[in-house]
Formats: sequence, C-alpha cells, structure tokens
Amino acid sequence: MSAALAAAPAGRSIVVLDDNPAPGGQVWRSSASAPPPGVLQDLQHALARYPHVRISCGSRVVAAQGSHALLLESADSAWVQGFEQLILCTGARELLLPFPGWTLPGATGAGGLQALIKSGLPVRGQRIVLAGSGPLLLAAAASATQAGAQVLRVAEQSPWPQVAAFGAGLLRWPSKLAQAARLLNLSYRCDSYVLSAQGQDRIQSVQLRQGAQTYHLDCDRLAVGYGLVPNVELGRLLGCATRRTTLNGLALQVDAKQTTSVPHIFAAGECTGAGGAERAMAEGHCAGLAAIGQRASASRLRMRAHWQNFADRVDKHFALRSELRTLAHSDTLLCRCEDVAYGSVAGCNGWHDAKLHQRCGMGACQGRICGAAAQYLFGWDAPALRPPLTPARVSTLALANEDPGAVWRAAN
Amino acid sequence: MNTNQAVVRFQLNGLAAQVPAGTSLAAALYLCGDGIARTSVSGQARAPFCGMGVCQECRVLVNAQSQLACQTLCAPGMVVESGAPS
Repeated sequence: MSAALAAAPAGRSIVVLDDNPAPGGQVWRSSASAPPPGVLQDLQHALARYPHVRISCGSRVVAAQGSHALLLESADSAWVQGFEQLILCTGARELLLPFPGWTLPGATGAGGLQALIKSGLPVRGQRIVLAGSGPLLLAAAASATQAGAQVLRVAEQSPWPQVAAFGAGLLRWPSKLAQAARLLNLSYRCDSYVLSAQGQDRIQSVQLRQGAQTYHLDCDRLAVGYGLVPNVELGRLLGCATRRTTLNGLALQVDAKQTTSVPHIFAAGECTGAGGAERAMAEGHCAGLAAIGQRASASRLRMRAHWQNFADRVDKHFALRSELRTLAHSDTLLCRCEDVAYGSVAGCNGWHDAKLHQRCGMGACQGRICGAAAQYLFGWDAPALRPPLTPARVSTLALANEDPGAVWRAAN
Repeated sequence: MNTNQAVVRFQLNGLAAQVPAGTSLAAALYLCGDGIARTSVSGQARAPFCGMGVCQECRVLVNAQSQLACQTLCAPGMVVESGAPS
C-alpha cells in the first residue's frame, strides 16, 4: 500500500492484489472486534483519493503468465492480470520447527495465534504458552492477554545477555523501546524453549527447557514461532534472483531502488528480508517511486537504512540455538501435509531425495512449512516452486493460456 | 460478546451456526464446532496452524469448494463441511 501510494501521483493504473480478506497484511490485520489501526486507515484514505488505484482483496496469485501477467484466483472468480511493472510485497511466514506434539490441535504458530485471535478465535480464560524467538512473541502474548487469555509462559530461546543487549540497543529506535516496555510480560523467560507437547485430542501440557532445567506446564494452547522466513516463491517463479539471509534461508535480492534482478519487477518488505512494518513501508515507498522512474528523497532513504539496522539487530540477537535441531524424534512428523516423519527424511541426501522418495513437501503447502524447517534442520535449499503456486480450481487453470483481461466467474 | 453486533448465520456440518460479523471461518470452527478443519492422510485431526494462509492445514469445504478457513470470512448462508480427509 505504501508502494501504491508513492506511485499513485504519476496517474498510471495500479491494482493492489492482497490474498487476505482485508488490507493491512499480517501486522495490521484488521480484527473482528477492533477498528483498523490509524496508520492503516490513513493509508486507505490516502489511496481512496486516487480513482486509478484499486485494492483487490482475497486475490491469490496462482501462476505467472509469461513475463508481464499473473493468473489470479478469488473465492468466486479467476482472471489474468497484465502489468508493465510489478512490485512484489509477498511478506514472510513464520519459521515453524517440528517437535513432538506440534501437529496436535491447539498448537499454532506464535504470529499464527495472534492472527487467529484477531480473526475472532475465542481464548478467554484459556491457559497459553508462547515460545520461539524474536520480538513477535511479546506482541502475540499481548494480543492473547488482551483477549482474556492467561499467558503462562513466554519462552524465548535466545539467552538473556543477547536479549538484554537487544533491549539496550533499542535506544536508537525509541518507538520500538516504548513498544517493548509496553509489551513486556512477567512470564517472559530467556534461554527457554519447548521440548514437546502432550495431549489426547488436543494440547493438554507442554514440556519446556529453561537453562539446565526441564519442567511441565498444563495448558490449553501452545503457540511457537522461530522468527520469519521471506516468502520468495512468486519472485523465484518470475525469475528474480535471491540472496542468503542470516537464518541461512533465502530473500529476494534488490538494489538500492528495490529493483530485483528482473528489471521491471521490484520487491519491498519482508520478502526482501524480514524486518518489520516500518522497514516494509520505507522499502514500499522507494519501490513505488522507482516504478514510476523517480528517486526517493534522502530523508526517506535514511529512514529505510534506519529500519534496516533494526532488522539486522533482530537477526543478530535472536539467532537460533543449535539444540532446536534436535527436538524432533524419529516419529515426529516433519511434513504435515503428507505426514512424513522426521526419521524417514533425516538420512536423505537433500531436498530432492526427500521429496521424490518420501513425499516430503509434495502436499498442499508445497513445502512452504517443511521446506523452511528442512532448510534450518539440514541446510537443504528447496528449488523454486512450479506453478500452480497454490491449490487452484480447474476453471482457473483453464485460463492459463489466455491473454490479460480474461476472466472466469462462478455461475452464482 | 457485544449483543448489538451483527451476526452471520451459516451452516457447519449440517447444523445451523452463527458468529459475530467479521469472524474468520478458522475462528468459527472453534466457536461453533470442535475446532478441527481436516483429517490428515494418516488419520490425524488437524486444526488451523499458521493462521495466515500458508500451511493449508485449515482447508475445509465451503459450498463444496476447498477453501482456507483462516482466509475466509464467514458469510451468510455459507455451507461448510469440516473434518473430512483432505
């Protein structure tokens, strides 16, 4: 949306394609019970002034159609969207690592729990354990507490000196320091991580490690997220080059003007390296201007660098400990789509071997969850996805050779 | 829950259900049912997991079409089937 706003004054036709039901991405996900935050409302109002800017929610990209068009699908239609320039803002997902019990109902991602609460999931009176790594844990804990849940523990895997150094460094980002102080939770523990979860039909208890100690907590929900993984699938499909991130994963490679290795395709936000909403807005602004042949002002470029520094600090201080590679047992599922156990892929030669011989990553998510986990656990790079990027209707795929403008609509 | 809030009426596994307007289907599975979205290939019950349209664990049938519950808002008259092998 920042990119669209920056590019809008040039008067060219702009469409913002968002796969969520409402604008705002993951951070400003609108909630059933609360109005959208002021920043999002301001952006929406500003964009509404431009009749040539259209926001299309509930729209997911199924495939690339040549170099200048995308095949899209919504709940009741499909169409081919042509473009002269494309700005990829595909965001990030959580790094979700396998541990015994992680497939039980009641276990979610940490940001996942926050998103579900915002979308109306009732948690009042429920006992919740949050675990993983990074600043997102505190934000998710605050959402849960606000919704009436009892947050028993926020377990941060990073050791206390690392987290303290991160906190001290926040003096350079006063808004983040204020946010951290507001979100700080008495149940927050460093050097702590989930070993396993237990339960019959759903989560009933969780086993945690704290320093050298191991203990159990009875709980109703467990939310675990180990930081963020850039969503590079669409960019890679379009031929954009990637770079290695600190977590050893991949992010889209961009130059100072947010241009990818494909000259008419730009990228901004989490897909170029996870770094938070402020960095994403700064990059979006630069990308929007670049797409209309303009340069961002020096102060905007400084702003972008400022938030990039913040992102680098998060990466540095919340680096993942090696013990997290040893949580899964032989019978713990690694691939949740095809129910492939950790033990059956641990001896494979690489992602291709695991995929071809064990069906790991062959399911509906196409390895987005287990592929990122395998990248961390085994250091395997998954190859670029082939289309369709998401499960799609046959009626949508039937448009695969059509020209831009082709549309299919459900009968009713 | 605010009683003045608009509600959405729909059908979940053959039973009438209602939730506050703006509720996602992922939340509704838990509010109005057992919270389960699908049964995995080895027969395990699975519930919404990533919450943001990536993991595909929350896929259910909406008006006989497979859809992600976490990215679908409950709509009036929607016919939803959950818990099936998928």
